Amino acid sequence: MRAFYGTHLANGFMLGTAQYPSPAILSDAFQRSGASVATVSLRRESGQDRAGQDFWALIQNLGVHILPNTAGCHTVKEAVTTAHMAREIFGTKWIKLEVIGEEDTLQPDVFGLTEAARILSDDGFQVFPYTTEDLVVAGKLVDAGCEVLMPWGAPIGSGQGLNNLFGLRAMRAHFPDIPLVVDAGIGLPSHAVQAMELGYDAVLLNTAVAKAGDPAQMAQAFAAAITAGQMAHAADPMEARDMAAPSTPLLGKAFLS
Amino acid sequence: MFDVTVIGGGVAGLCVARNLIDRGARVTLYDRAGAPGPHGCSWWAGGMLAPYCEGESAEEPVIRLGQEAADWWQAKTKTVHHCGSLVISPTRDHADLRRFGRRTSAFQEVGAGEIAQLEPDLAGRFSKGLYFPTEAHLAPRAALTNLRQSLVEAGVSFVTQDADPMTHATQGITVDCRGFAAKDTLTDLRAVKGEMLILSCPDISLNRPIRLLHPRIPIYIVPRGNGIFMLGATMIEGLGSHHITARSVLEMLSAAYALNPAFGEAEILETGVDNRPAFANNQPRIRRSGNLIQANGLYRHGFLLAPALARMVAEVIFDSTTPEVMDETAT
Repeated sequence: MRAFYGTHLANGFMLGTAQYPSPAILSDAFQRSGASVATVSLRRESGQDRAGQDFWALIQNLGVHILPNTAGCHTVKEAVTTAHMAREIFGTKWIKLEVIGEEDTLQPDVFGLTEAARILSDDGFQVFPYTTEDLVVAGKLVDAGCEVLMPWGAPIGSGQGLNNLFGLRAMRAHFPDIPLVVDAGIGLPSHAVQAMELGYDAVLLNTAVAKAGDPAQMAQAFAAAITAGQMAHAADPMEARDMAAPSTPLLGKAFLS
Repeated sequence: MFDVTVIGGGVAGLCVARNLIDRGARVTLYDRAGAPGPHGCSWWAGGMLAPYCEGESAEEPVIRLGQEAADWWQAKTKTVHHCGSLVISPTRDHADLRRFGRRTSAFQEVGAGEIAQLEPDLAGRFSKGLYFPTEAHLAPRAALTNLRQSLVEAGVSFVTQDADPMTHATQGITVDCRGFAAKDTLTDLRAVKGEMLILSCPDISLNRPIRLLHPRIPIYIVPRGNGIFMLGATMIEGLGSHHITARSVLEMLSAAYALNPAFGEAEILETGVDNRPAFANNQPRIRRSGNLIQANGLYRHGFLLAPALARMVAEVIFDSTTPEVMDETAT
């Protein structure tokens, strides 16, 4: 598995911390998921004067890597300010950079994203940009200093899975050395398997677990899926073909009849 | 007969005092701010007595214990409206309505015609909904005021001053109902900020609380009568400032406008912000250390769960039992 800014993660499961019925259920879900990274949103859960510190303490007690994010930021300035706040509070250089460009789909503003990524990278941050599967944008993000790319599978919270398999596969092929994470749009464990089978290094999800009837059980299901997809990719899967290829030997049969 | 000191005069403290009086105790209640008012978070509550709807995100004890609330409040304050609750969503969010239905019980699925009958001012605007006929609501400020008045009449001494639970506990049984102010001794208590609006909109009449589902901005609106509505409520982890944010106002008003565009003409009478005290499982807890009993963590379920919590506090004191929401270890 590729390293994320020099950090080797135990697995490719990044799990969000928003929208759970209670912190106790959140904590339970993390335990059963074995997720190696917790994302935490600062914008909506902060207010002022470190107001969310009790909740943040709960997140820090999960004992996993923390990836603060700039969820809900619509401008470069907001995102940069939030990133600075996150670095101070969590003592990490990691920042999941979100600059939202469109309210209905929560699609990233890729122009603001590259600008904010450059500013933050120059300032010593290790940026995890939430982007689309656009290869040109991805290239500009890498130029801006990003050593991780996080293309969406589908719009945030939509649960639609991987909407553009071709695009995600092309991204893997174009950036063989960059850790790639499918971020957003994952609704079912099967979507996570698919992403890992494509050779992605991790998946990042939140709603699919938090809003499930039994979040902890769903978290465990995702953990199994991520392991399955990762193992399958490492095992060099067969390629699809157009004709049948019987697994029983045809030797001795008149197969050319 | 023996004496009990209750500290904190919000929904928890008043309900505890009522239950203790009813079981024969002599009660003195301390509150640093006096009578219920904008300083306490129950002043800003929605007042929905909706245990089944809460089942969408709350765990089983909340649903079960919440069923005591409507009868209790009606018996003690005569402020309860037994009109049920209605849950609706715009057509594009019907998936959220189906999900809500899977997580809850005791409802009827209703269509456009039934919605129009229940709430004429929503006629033609929503095609599907869930109607919870056994649920109820009340006006929190009237309920708190009536409850306090009944306690005055029953002989409770009200003292307007700050009081230290530990000090009082050296002299006798003391119940700490200070909500988030008890954070100094209940270190695992956290604040969940809520924001709400009070609108005046005489053009619209609603009979019962309406929950409008939305994947990002779910809101509820509770009619207070005379064209007054309470609109709530955000759920934000962490202590808030005393002021509502522009974003929250925008979101809540947009949702109200989606419910009925006539809300665009409403006047905003009040905005409110409070910090609801919650434990990690978002359920109330009772803890005891000698004479000191702490009852806290009502979260967003103040009016819904305070009667059950108060009943259990009385059981701890009078029956020496260990009720289900009581933690074994003293803090």
